[in-house]
Amino acid sequence: MDKSQASGKLIHSGDRRHVRRILAVSSGGGHWVELMRLIPAFEGHHTTFVTVDKAYQADVRGFDFYIVHDVTRWNKIRWLYTIVQLLKIVLMVRPHVVISTGALPGYFAVRIGKMFGCRTIWVDSLANVDELSMSGARIGKCADLWLTQWPHLAKPDGPEYAGQVI
Amino acid sequence: MIFVTVGAQMPFNRLIRAVDAWAGRTGRQDLFAQIGSGEYKPKHMKWTRFIKPGKFRQLFQDADAIVAHAGTGTILTALELGKPILVMPRRGDLQETRNDHQVATAKRFEEQGRVAVAYDEHSLILKLDELACLKPSNRIGTQASPELLERLRTFINSV
Repeated sequence: MDKSQASGKLIHSGDRRHVRRILAVSSGGGHWVELMRLIPAFEGHHTTFVTVDKAYQADVRGFDFYIVHDVTRWNKIRWLYTIVQLLKIVLMVRPHVVISTGALPGYFAVRIGKMFGCRTIWVDSLANVDELSMSGARIGKCADLWLTQWPHLAKPDGPEYAGQVI
Repeated sequence: MIFVTVGAQMPFNRLIRAVDAWAGRTGRQDLFAQIGSGEYKPKHMKWTRFIKPGKFRQLFQDADAIVAHAGTGTILTALELGKPILVMPRRGDLQETRNDHQVATAKRFEEQGRVAVAYDEHSLILKLDELACLKPSNRIGTQASPELLERLRTFINSV
């Protein structure tokens, strides 16, 4: 992937008022690959990435980067640990915008962001063709911009369809 | 080299076993498999359980073809690098993943002519025989669609 344009930390305009702090959160695998494809939308802002494996840092050199414990719906006892990690990151970064491509850690991040008054974006994965992901279906009320990548899953009350990661 | 991968989340013995049997039958030596936590250990191909993301991409780069589960990350990576890819989707009823979302994903990409799909092991073996003829689909760029990027930009700038 050409990361030469991945310069989200650069402030292009001289007007700092328009620079937003973005917290971009995803799990590994496809969720991360999808998030990487959204990077051009963050240009001109200050983006901090959060994922579950430090090896992904190589994809986002030059950006702030944190990892949290990976969790799924199956290991509920560890949820709290991830939630505390995300809380710390949100308090430290103070993002204007929290965006996630899933899965559960991203869901928590969006909910925490909402609690702290951030504007929130959920981009449900391309993999969810027949129905939204479990997180994606439940995040509707907390996501200010709630997107599906499949037109047939869009509804008048959300989620909205606005294109795909490809 | 044929790179076989099932992702890091769950085992996919059905795929690994079928590809391994094919490797044994054809005597091909140039397969490398990432098998995750699956208990079936290949006998006819080199394998490893997990691969770090950077190395993962490098293996895609080096491969002539990819044989994989129908994970979005795997498919997108193959398309970004212009590699031919044959997928067998995981099935929900066999507890290979939580539901049939990989079947649906595979169908969509297949309709677009971007991936070859085998819906069961029998078909996988047949399609492996034809793998050398498999052409990569057009390389995709590294960015989301202009429409999606614009929607996100508009939202972020409105904050």
